[in-house]
Amino acid sequence: MTPATTTEHTAAGTAHRRVEGRDKVTGAARYAAEIPLAGLAHGWLVGSTVARGRVRSVETAPVLAMPGVLTVLHHGNTARVTTDYVTVLGTSPDPTAAVFQHDQVQHMGWPVALVVAETPEQAREGAEALVVHYDEEPHDTAFSGDRADAYPLDSMGQPAVTDKGETEAELAASAVVVDACYTTPENHHNAMEPHAATVRWDGGRLDVIDSNQSAAWIQSELANMFSLDPQSVRVRSEHVGGAFGGKGVRAHQVAAALAARALGRPVRVAMTRRQMFALIGYRSPTAQRIRLGADADGRLRALQHDSLNQTSTVHEHVEASAGVSRVGYDAAAHRTAQRVVRLDVPTPTWMRAPGEAPGSFALESAMDELAAECGIDPIELRMRNEPERGPVSGLPFGSRRLPDCFREGARRFGWADRDPRPGVRRDGRRLLGTGTAAASFLAMAMPATAAVTAEADGTFTVRIGAADVGTGARTALTLIAAEALRTAPDRVRMRIGDSDFGPAWGAAGSMGTRSWAWAITDAVAALRERLAGGAGIPPEGVTARSDTSGSVFGLAPRERRAYGAQFAEVAVDPGTGEVRVRRLLGIFAAGRIVNPLTARSQLTGGMIWGISMALHEEAVRDPVSGGHVGADLAGYHVAAHADIPAVEADWVDDPDPEDPVGIKGVGEIGVVGVAAAVANAVWHATGVRHRHLPLRPDRVLTAPPAA
Amino acid sequence: MREFGYERAADVEGALALLGTDPEARYLAGGTNLVDLMKTGVARPVRLVDIRELPLDRIEVTEAGGLRIGATVTNSDLAAHPEVRSRYPALAQAVLAGASGQLRTMATVGGNLLQRTRCAYFTDGAGPCNKRLPGSGCPAIEGEHRNHAVLGASGHCVATHPSDMAVALAAFDAVVSYATADGPGELPLAELYPPVGDTPQVETALPPGALITGVTLPPAPVAARSRYRKVRERASYAFAIGSAAAALDVQGGVVREVRLALGAVASRPWRARAAERALTGGPATEEACTAAADAELAAARPLPGNAYKVPLMRNLVVALLTELAEEAPR
Repeated sequence: MTPATTTEHTAAGTAHRRVEGRDKVTGAARYAAEIPLAGLAHGWLVGSTVARGRVRSVETAPVLAMPGVLTVLHHGNTARVTTDYVTVLGTSPDPTAAVFQHDQVQHMGWPVALVVAETPEQAREGAEALVVHYDEEPHDTAFSGDRADAYPLDSMGQPAVTDKGETEAELAASAVVVDACYTTPENHHNAMEPHAATVRWDGGRLDVIDSNQSAAWIQSELANMFSLDPQSVRVRSEHVGGAFGGKGVRAHQVAAALAARALGRPVRVAMTRRQMFALIGYRSPTAQRIRLGADADGRLRALQHDSLNQTSTVHEHVEASAGVSRVGYDAAAHRTAQRVVRLDVPTPTWMRAPGEAPGSFALESAMDELAAECGIDPIELRMRNEPERGPVSGLPFGSRRLPDCFREGARRFGWADRDPRPGVRRDGRRLLGTGTAAASFLAMAMPATAAVTAEADGTFTVRIGAADVGTGARTALTLIAAEALRTAPDRVRMRIGDSDFGPAWGAAGSMGTRSWAWAITDAVAALRERLAGGAGIPPEGVTARSDTSGSVFGLAPRERRAYGAQFAEVAVDPGTGEVRVRRLLGIFAAGRIVNPLTARSQLTGGMIWGISMALHEEAVRDPVSGGHVGADLAGYHVAAHADIPAVEADWVDDPDPEDPVGIKGVGEIGVVGVAAAVANAVWHATGVRHRHLPLRPDRVLTAPPAA
Repeated sequence: MREFGYERAADVEGALALLGTDPEARYLAGGTNLVDLMKTGVARPVRLVDIRELPLDRIEVTEAGGLRIGATVTNSDLAAHPEVRSRYPALAQAVLAGASGQLRTMATVGGNLLQRTRCAYFTDGAGPCNKRLPGSGCPAIEGEHRNHAVLGASGHCVATHPSDMAVALAAFDAVVSYATADGPGELPLAELYPPVGDTPQVETALPPGALITGVTLPPAPVAARSRYRKVRERASYAFAIGSAAAALDVQGGVVREVRLALGAVASRPWRARAAERALTGGPATEEACTAAADAELAAARPLPGNAYKVPLMRNLVVALLTELAEEAPR
């Protein structure tokens, strides 16, 4: 297979503004909590005020007497749903979303009731007035790297442990050893649009207008939970204001569906920002240990990476941070392990660059430490350990242009002029430093179906269960369809975000656009064959369909990844501990770039996410209550505009030879490596290593001075 | 949100009459703090008396050469005012260091003085807090207190006052004017905020029902060379983890006059009198500035999580004072 060549219609590959951009900036685009519906009632979730225990009683009577209140759902009066099924991802479901099924409270903010009223204000007032009595039990929310009750856990086909070669012997034979522990805190997605679902039962069919990253995924989960045929569930999500891994099946859809059935009315449930901190998943804190053993010339003999994260008592989730060390660098011996510890906390979930974001902080920091120990330039060190095949899997790589990313990045950043000595550059009272890190992220595809219709008026309609979570996917797919159809983008109608369009992978794993584009180009190819006869197009049009399951699952095993090189310059005020990033450059090899305008936004957005992860983001849990402290955007800091310097993202040419369009995916790789590049730059500025995120002023200020 | 009454006052007398002695009623100015607290249920006033249209929005130079600032002057207008910028530059800088442009356009001087702590145990609205639910305990002492007080706190509360503006006002001996049904009154800013003690819920010394009408700054030639510096966890739109307003008059290498107030370290803007005493009349050297900072911070009683504030404030004060000293005309 070869990448598509451009035609007279050079739609893909050139910058296009979002096709729905005008609707969004004028407010014409409607989100899940804005769709008007006759007879709509509003539900408000009530979260537990204890971190562990049982609901003894719910005082519904006073709330039912409040103005506008229609019902109060809780475990004592709610229909049962099914939680014993296998999800589309091949896993057991997180039972957290199956609300009001029992009296147990498994974390602070656990949904214990839904107050439904005529208006959202009445529902909220009822929810805040609802008295729930608990039998509280002692809780344990203390995450740390030395939990004796941690255990290894496989994750999504990845084994918990890999062991190749003689790690201890290679370490013993190494001239230089780096052995360090790194920690990353609890991070939250904080999509701009809070979770919301508007749900009605329409003659036995469940109709869900929702904010999610895969209509088909939500359809499948709700069908399982409510024991319905998938065709009896319709999920629509035309516009989605950010997802980042957190917009799967959550309490709001299930609670709304239960309430709508109980009341025989449409019900909307929207979450508050604070509820999202407890109810939509998050990135677990991690504690990671890296051991690198190398010869004096920096060539690795041993690479060990152990990662620990927390999960809930009801569901297991691995933050697969050691995965980066299975594919990053060559070494005679590799040992990696991923473990979890069960705590009385919400179940963590995937969050933008899951595994790679925290894992790259540890590995790429350790590589920088090794470079300093060996007296080798950090980029040269990475080049010396560039693998020819998957270091653990032994599989061949797909295209791997990491060295080209470093070369181009170094040239643009001015790396060649860098003085490697730490702590010697000043600008007034501030210390200056630069740092770099490698980035990589899975570049895979998943099955999708699509339908393309040639309309009688000469235009085309594409229907696919894709999700545009704000990335520009709808526009990218329009360009891809136009290119394949050899027509202009404005002659293509792109219909997405509807489970009635058939099964499709979601906006997840940096695989959305690639997976959908594959299905669209397959359907276009079938359509062109149908139209090749030259017969006229009937009034209902001519439609061709595709299903890429065979092609996608037929790919031979390889290490398929996108790559990048991150460069950061920081200024550190040693008197106050303030770290500010002055420059950030990322050069990526991430497949063919379909729409440079939105792809660049994806990449720079990821890099900004990385700055935020490096310097600001951290959810804090109170040791006594077991709940969050300051769970809102006042307490949980994300980078403000003033924190963001000149951020530049660009790419080297890297069309994926196995993909019909040449795509790899750009949704997540921008995040990877940024925190390490920033921390490495802080070391270069100050001479002090920081191994715990975020790099807060108090940490920088009180760190012991460099030896 | 609970339903609440809303009335708009046209003048001070009208505002006082509308509020009366109702403990459940509150004045509403910019609403940038009160409305947030109402949304989260931390504040549940039954009635609001909107004072935004009161004729208290002027900034005037007093006969003595100070400034009289009306209570409903917005933060934006205060920071942009030429007399503020030239006579008390640290005040303009402090105001600009706070919040965002949008918030500064709404927020007022009177409201700024009376804003509530951003301690998350207070603003979260659930769980114990001696300010919100007197006698329920202070979870910050055992819990998250990275940005809590190191000076003047008590075992009942370690919250800080969040205002930047008030720190500069404290350095310049501001006097707060207020009106009550029984007539007007005045309080030095230093006396507006009572010590925490065992009554952290008592946040001001204003009589019940009092309405702040303005702030008067006495003339202070030293303030013409003053500066405000704010340290925070991100570059903008965050409360201080430490801040300082300083003014310095150095002649012939000798400190003639110094003003210093610290922010984010106490339940009130902290006038650093001990540091001022240590420095006045002595040399304007880095050593002297360090000794002065240490004299003030000797009273610090940090908790494990905020011990960093002591070196932070020392560094901040020394950097700020030595910078002002170096810039002094010779």
